[in-house]
Parts: sequence; structure tokens; C-alpha cells
Amino acid sequence: MITLGDYLIVSGILFSIGFAGVMLRRNLIIVLMSLELMLNAANLSLVAFSRFRLGPSGLPNYNAQVFVFFIITVAAAEVAVGLAILVALFRARHTTDLKDISSLKF
Amino acid sequence: MTLVFGAAVVLNRNPVASALSLVVSFLGLAALFLSLDAYFVAIIQVLVYAGAVMVLFLFIIMLLNLQAEERRRINWLAAAGGTGVAVILLIQIVFTIRHFELARQTFPPLTSPTTDDVRNIGAVLFSNYNLPFQIVGVLVLVATVGVVLLSKRELR
Repeated sequence: MITLGDYLIVSGILFSIGFAGVMLRRNLIIVLMSLELMLNAANLSLVAFSRFRLGPSGLPNYNAQVFVFFIITVAAAEVAVGLAILVALFRARHTTDLKDISSLKF
Repeated sequence: MTLVFGAAVVLNRNPVASALSLVVSFLGLAALFLSLDAYFVAIIQVLVYAGAVMVLFLFIIMLLNLQAEERRRINWLAAAGGTGVAVILLIQIVFTIRHFELARQTFPPLTSPTTDDVRNIGAVLFSNYNLPFQIVGVLVLVATVGVVLLSKRELR
């Protein structure tokens, strides 16, 4: 039987993959994609808990799914703004590599 | 499948291949949501992520005409450090879940005859979470204005 822990472990592995992507990759687009992976890992564990703890009427707990809805909305807005910044940066610097964008670094 | 293609996102050197792996990974995630009886969330996942967000990513990749990044000299110390931190995080997560009593239980069956998913989520969304919903609407508006402003050729 599939337990709650299985879903949580899949979610944890997905989060770690996204985290490794943010730490390792130097391409700004792929860093944004890894951020999406991490947000989706959080969504997966929220939905798993929603199914696990049933509400009073024997249905899943819909508070968590509303929360997932909000996360998806905010993530979509964040990706749009991030990619717009990326395009503006590319026009100015002609690169998407994080190593070349270090003017603000102390 | 979700995990394999998720790893492919990080490991691929070509951004287009990476984005396509991300699509497959999100579709696998949508299938997992379906197996958890969350039909609305699964459909939203396919529509928003596999549809809108990925089209945005691919469009930007094409627009910027990115090639596969040239083989740079990899900083092995930084790579090992990043991998190490991620692996330690993974070990901590797995350890915590192993010691979590509830995680060993299986899912209880749904006792309701029908799962009217969209209606129930809508009821919760527009009653208990009405104010956050409107705040998210304002957030999306602000993001739209910001994106238009950022994409202008020159600011005056």
C-alpha cells in the first residue's frame, strides 16, 4: 500500500533536485526552472496532506488545495516578472550567466 | 518519471532540452495529484505550468537565441559544495519522514459518494479565503504592469 510517507519522500527528493539546481547551475533560466520545481514539491506535499486528513464530510481537506491554488498563481506571476528581468538584463549585458552579472557583489 | 525528468532539468546543458524535461516532470506531478483525488489541482497544474509557464520559458529561450552553454571550466569546489548541501538536505528530509509516525499510515478511503472537486474548492475559496483571493488579484495586476514596464525598450 502507498503510505503518506511515500508521497512526502517524492516531494523531498523533488525539492532537493530543485535546490541542487539553484546551487549548481549558472544559467539564470535554469535557476528559475529549478525554483518552479521546488514550489511544486511543496504543492505535492500539501495535496498529500489534504488527502490524508479528511474533512468532516469525508472529502479531502480543501484548505490545502486552496493554498496550492494560491501558490500556483504567485509562482506564475513570479516567473513572468523573473523572465522580464532576464530579458532586460540580456539586452543590457548579452548574457544569462550568473557569473557575468556580479556588479552588485561586494 | 517525475524525479528522472526533474533531474534531467538540472543536468541538461541545453536550455531547450531542460525546459522540455520540466514539462514531462510537471505532467508526472499532475498524475500524482490525480492519484490523490485532487482533480482540480491536477488540471490547473497542466493548464498553468505545462501550458502557460512552459510556453513562456520556451519563448524566452527562443527570443534570446540561447545555445547550449559552452563548456566552461567547472569550479569543482563550488560544484561539490552545492551537491553536498543538497544531499545533506535530502538526508535530513528522509530522516525526518522516517521518524514521522503518521507517515507510515495509508490513506483513508473517501467516504463521500461523489468528489465534486471544483465546486468544493470554489466554495472554500470564495467564502473563507475571499480576502487572500482579492490580494492575489492585485498581485497579478502589479506583476502585469511590472512586466510591461520592464519590457519597454528604454525608460524615459
